[in-house]
Amino acid sequence: MTATTAPTTAHGDGHSHGDAPHAHGGGHYTSLGLDSRKIAIWTFIGSECMLFASLISTYLIYKGRSPEGPFPHETWTNPMTGEVFKPILNIPVTSASTFVLLMSSLAMVLALAAVQNRHVPKVTMGQKILGSSKLWLWMTCLLGIGFLGCQAYEFTSFIHEGLTIRTNLFGSSFFTLTGFHGAHVTAGVIWLFTLLAIDYKRGLQPEDATIVDIAALYWHFVDVVWIAIFTLVYLIK
Amino acid sequence: MADHAPAAGHAHEEHPTWSTYWKVALFLTIITAVEVSAYYIPAWETSWVYVPSMLIMSAVKFFVVVMYYMHLKYDHKLFRSLFTGPLMVAMLTLIGLLFLFSKLAIKIGLLA
Repeated sequence: MTATTAPTTAHGDGHSHGDAPHAHGGGHYTSLGLDSRKIAIWTFIGSECMLFASLISTYLIYKGRSPEGPFPHETWTNPMTGEVFKPILNIPVTSASTFVLLMSSLAMVLALAAVQNRHVPKVTMGQKILGSSKLWLWMTCLLGIGFLGCQAYEFTSFIHEGLTIRTNLFGSSFFTLTGFHGAHVTAGVIWLFTLLAIDYKRGLQPEDATIVDIAALYWHFVDVVWIAIFTLVYLIK
Repeated sequence: MADHAPAAGHAHEEHPTWSTYWKVALFLTIITAVEVSAYYIPAWETSWVYVPSMLIMSAVKFFVVVMYYMHLKYDHKLFRSLFTGPLMVAMLTLIGLLFLFSKLAIKIGLLA
């Protein structure tokens, strides 16, 4: 399973291939020899950094300023009804979903390596498994859906426990932040299914590595955003 | 932005291997496990090192994914600039907003 062959890479700078510009699935190259689609996705990711920084800032500014519960880490008793609300965040479930998303990033990077190394002969079972782009794309999709399932479970349980987007400042900022992230994961899963459809229709070839790489960059970005959210929202009280 | 052929003759020093990807995944899993464990260890969770250690572990995970899975370590420096530039702006915005709405800002009269 741990083949040590270095997967060839399609970093979009054209260095690793050195062939004609249109041989990479129709990508256009800048005067620096860089694929314009990769410049576009990195620019988009840069703008997304600022979007999520603003959402995280809003959450952190409002943190601890809700006069009424339920609260993320503290028990709260409603003075009007005497009803006791326990801390609402479910760390075990979120830890599991974090692990699922981290593993989806591994699956995604293995899918990209499989596409890039499509023509490398595979002899052993381990090499055949590592070289299956369909397998790793399916794994990434299923892990992404698993993460969304955990989020749906979390949101549903919060609503049953009395926390909605309209309950208090914590609810508003929490659902907005994690909801935006969940929407990004959903878009990523849809994107990955389109790649799977291409793979089943004609097979993803090394020339298609850039389109897989672009989807992978988006997916990994969604993962790194969650790394920040998990620590700042869930683990730091 | 002309439709030029990619520059040739530039060789990458190294490429990530499949085993690198697995090692990175193991590293990320271990750090996540340590983070979650720290949350449940009262002595750690209540100490002053808890928040800094969590932020450091989170930042390490963030940069490991960006460097190895997003290939920024091996990619062209323009891509690095396109990511780190906005990331720095985002971080400064976050820090600035947190300061502006902090108790310190209220104390020194920046916020009523």
